[in-house]
Amino acid sequence: MVINKTANSSLSLGRLRKAALIALAITGLSLTTSVQAQDVEVPGNIKWTIPFGVGGGTDVWARFFSPWLSKSLSGEPTIMIDNVPGGGSINGANLFALRAKSDGSEWLGTSASTQYPAMLDDPRVRYDYSDWTPILATPTGGVVYAQPRLGETADTALDALLEQPVKLAAQTPTGVELPVLIALDMLGADVQAVFGMRSRGEGRLAFERGEADIDFQTTSAYLSNVEPLVEAGKAVPLFSLGMLNDDGKIVRDPTFPELPTFNEVYQARHGEAPSGKEYEAFRKFFASGYALQKLIMVPKDTPQDLIETYRQAARDFVNTDAFKKAAAAQLGPYTPVIGDTVQRHLDDAMSIDDATRSWLANWLQSKHGAKL
Amino acid sequence: MLDILLSSLGQLFTLSHLLFMTLGVLVGLVVGIIPGLGGIAGMSLLLPFLYGMEPTVALGMLMGLVAVIPTGDTFASVLLGIPGSSASQATVIDGFALAKRGQAARALSSAFLASMIGGLLGAAVLTGFILIARPLVLSFSSSELFMLTLLGLSMVAVLSGRDLFKGLAACGLGLLVGAIGMAPATGEFRMNFGLDYLYDGLPLVVVGLGIFALPEIIDLLVKRGAIAEEPCNLGEGWRQGIRDVREQRGLVARCAAVGSLIGTIPGLAGSVVDWLTYGYAVQSAKDKSQFGKGDIRGVIAPESANNACACGAMVPTLLFGVPGSGTAAVFLGGLLLLGLQPGVGMIETHLDLTYTIIWSLALANILGAALCLVLARPVASLTRVPFATLAPLITVLIMFAAFQATRSAGDLLALGAVGILGVLFKQANWSRPAFLIGFVLAPGAEGYFYQAVQFQGTDAFMRPGVLIIGALIFAALFIPMLRSLWSKRRQAASVGAAAKVRNEPPTLGIIDVVLFAALLGTAAVAWIDMADLSLIGGIMPRLAVAILAVSCLMEIARCLMHRPQWQRQPIGLQGLWLAGFFILIGAMLLLGFITAVTLFCLVFLLTIARLKPWVAAVMALGVTAFLVGMAKFLTLTYPSGLIDPWLFG
Repeated sequence: MVINKTANSSLSLGRLRKAALIALAITGLSLTTSVQAQDVEVPGNIKWTIPFGVGGGTDVWARFFSPWLSKSLSGEPTIMIDNVPGGGSINGANLFALRAKSDGSEWLGTSASTQYPAMLDDPRVRYDYSDWTPILATPTGGVVYAQPRLGETADTALDALLEQPVKLAAQTPTGVELPVLIALDMLGADVQAVFGMRSRGEGRLAFERGEADIDFQTTSAYLSNVEPLVEAGKAVPLFSLGMLNDDGKIVRDPTFPELPTFNEVYQARHGEAPSGKEYEAFRKFFASGYALQKLIMVPKDTPQDLIETYRQAARDFVNTDAFKKAAAAQLGPYTPVIGDTVQRHLDDAMSIDDATRSWLANWLQSKHGAKL
Repeated sequence: MLDILLSSLGQLFTLSHLLFMTLGVLVGLVVGIIPGLGGIAGMSLLLPFLYGMEPTVALGMLMGLVAVIPTGDTFASVLLGIPGSSASQATVIDGFALAKRGQAARALSSAFLASMIGGLLGAAVLTGFILIARPLVLSFSSSELFMLTLLGLSMVAVLSGRDLFKGLAACGLGLLVGAIGMAPATGEFRMNFGLDYLYDGLPLVVVGLGIFALPEIIDLLVKRGAIAEEPCNLGEGWRQGIRDVREQRGLVARCAAVGSLIGTIPGLAGSVVDWLTYGYAVQSAKDKSQFGKGDIRGVIAPESANNACACGAMVPTLLFGVPGSGTAAVFLGGLLLLGLQPGVGMIETHLDLTYTIIWSLALANILGAALCLVLARPVASLTRVPFATLAPLITVLIMFAAFQATRSAGDLLALGAVGILGVLFKQANWSRPAFLIGFVLAPGAEGYFYQAVQFQGTDAFMRPGVLIIGALIFAALFIPMLRSLWSKRRQAASVGAAAKVRNEPPTLGIIDVVLFAALLGTAAVAWIDMADLSLIGGIMPRLAVAILAVSCLMEIARCLMHRPQWQRQPIGLQGLWLAGFFILIGAMLLLGFITAVTLFCLVFLLTIARLKPWVAAVMALGVTAFLVGMAKFLTLTYPSGLIDPWLFG
């Protein structure tokens, strides 16, 4: 443009044309070089919608990730976190589905409580996971543990668990405890869930007060708050939920290699691998709530190159030592899952057939008095 | 042990720590003064800088913020009658009454001094208590928590005084409104009438602003004049406030102790403590006649408690990772970002950091209260400004605050709806605190009752803690009644002329009649809506309906039995202003928040406040700049409407 202007001020038409051509060539050249350098134009500002309040788990997760992502993208875009809480994350996700631009400048951070209502056909949900493409997912594990008064070892505690009704403090019938409730039911335990806890932390308090007989925590809370109880002989770990490997199989959680998974405990008790609609429900809610607990999503129509750029940026840092060290405190010892693997697992988890859903509705009604 | 204490103390006074703490204090004061923002907005302002910071320095900054929020919000409560956050609701009652009597400077200076002392006592208690707090926190099971919510609810009886049934009806309505949304026990949705907005229930900020602030604005507009109805001497008032705290030092110490202990109980904290201490101040006073009309003790009690409570709330946050209040929840997020996992580790391995946190709280309290004390005198002169000039600014402020609750148009409409109720209550002299107490405690009362029964069965109500709190409730309800009966009898015996006090006839007015009809209608509609709820999910709202309906009927019966004294209750002008408020909401949704606000301020200041055109224009533009600036710095959004996207992007 500058060249054009100077050319204009000086005389002849021929020179003008020449200058214009040169200008064109230069811009063209600079364009091609920039394409070679960074493949696609990353937006300078990225708005990352977090459908939860400030300071909540997903918010902290996003704030942890944003500097890493920003630094490994070309041009270090400003990633601005926009908290839109309400409706247990449904409001924010609805708004994102309605308004988000698909030019790569808008991301959404979701969590189990965004996935579950969509899987359960909650009438408030106006978003659809098939409209979005995942960039990255971070998994978490979880451990079920019991009061030592049920039994000093995992085996005796499990035996006792199957003989008497036990209480567990939970948030809502369709909250993050859902797969745990299904798993315990499959083992044959008579679990009386006491709902109304405002967080898993409150559930743990009820356990520590001796009100709840068994409890369940996700990995990071387990490590910081339950492991000291286990060491003091005030809690007995029973089993972990496990972890999804790349083929979608549930394997032992790398954080708790010595602890059997639910599948193993079931196999040992029933002599066969878990199956049926209830296992189908367990597996899907486990996958979407734990193996892919928190997700970075973009609208499906975002340019494919840009999606690849974002995924590559994530791949670039997740295996560095610096990230692993920083992530240990935030995410636990799990490596984020990136790209097509997430897409595959997500597609599998989010598609629930009607038979499984109606089994679930019946089960919730009869076991926990909750209507879907 | 001693070396840890000393090293934390050394850490506290390093230059970087002091600098960042001061930064936190300043941010905290700014967001504290602007109603509706509170700790959560302040935290979100600081959180982006947190990741990667040195933990001790970052903690100093966060604590600076946490400590001064219950201090800064006092400005709005006292001067404008706006409950800045849940911690300052009780302050509004007598604080704003004092401001209207021209004693704003007195109320502010004693509030800040009480805050400072409360915060310091809280930190002192916490220093020793945090080491032994674990068993105590764990001894509060769901049944004790339920009893504590009952204790909070029993304050309704204390606060409503002579009009007991009206107070109970207000409380019943509060309980009912508080039950809107998800049933904690079953996850059923109640009384949402198909509106998405009601699925989460009404936000506390919106209800607080609607019930307290909006009626006061309208009342002042109808009366004209300034907030201070009597001439005021700010300097003398300021010194008087300091003297008041000195005279009430016993009350300060007791309320601070109660505040710091209640703060340690997870899940309750801020919502009951100001009402409990306010109720206690009323109970323990010999002369109760001035409460609600401007008694300085009604300011000192909740203010000395709420800063102490913010200290106490650190106990469950640090030891159990279960935040005791909204601000503490955000603080918890900050801890996680710093890579600190709350839990026993905070005592066993990070005790030095824990002490840095506690003492930063104390230091920030001193700093924040000192700054506020300096500011109190000049800011109190706001109460001398003609109210018509302030009205548009305050109206915008409360709408701004309400909209930040969930950022949906429903917030503004709910503000208007609760505002109508507030205006009716105020004009007919029904207890607005009773409504708010019911609303605030409804979820806790229901949730903890259900949990107590589920976990402990009937044993729940035989536990020693339950019995102790039960005795407290009994004492709160009946001792003053017995005492007044006793003194009356003695008076009657000696003078024989006190009989007329007891048989004062009930008063009745047109608004009372309207309220009876509306409340009974509400009760009927709610009852029908709850038809297909399960037993457990419906028990609490049904109880609320029962309280509401029975108290209304009792009051009606009282009016039928004793000939009521007819009272003129004007409502015409108030109704007009309310209609104007809804038109303003409509304009905001249609044109966009910023455009509508700018036009509204300009027109209001020109036609109603009759300011000079250039003054009006400057003020309107100032409001616009404030809104745009807030949107930029705090990434807030407003209703966009048709014009805002064009003008403001």
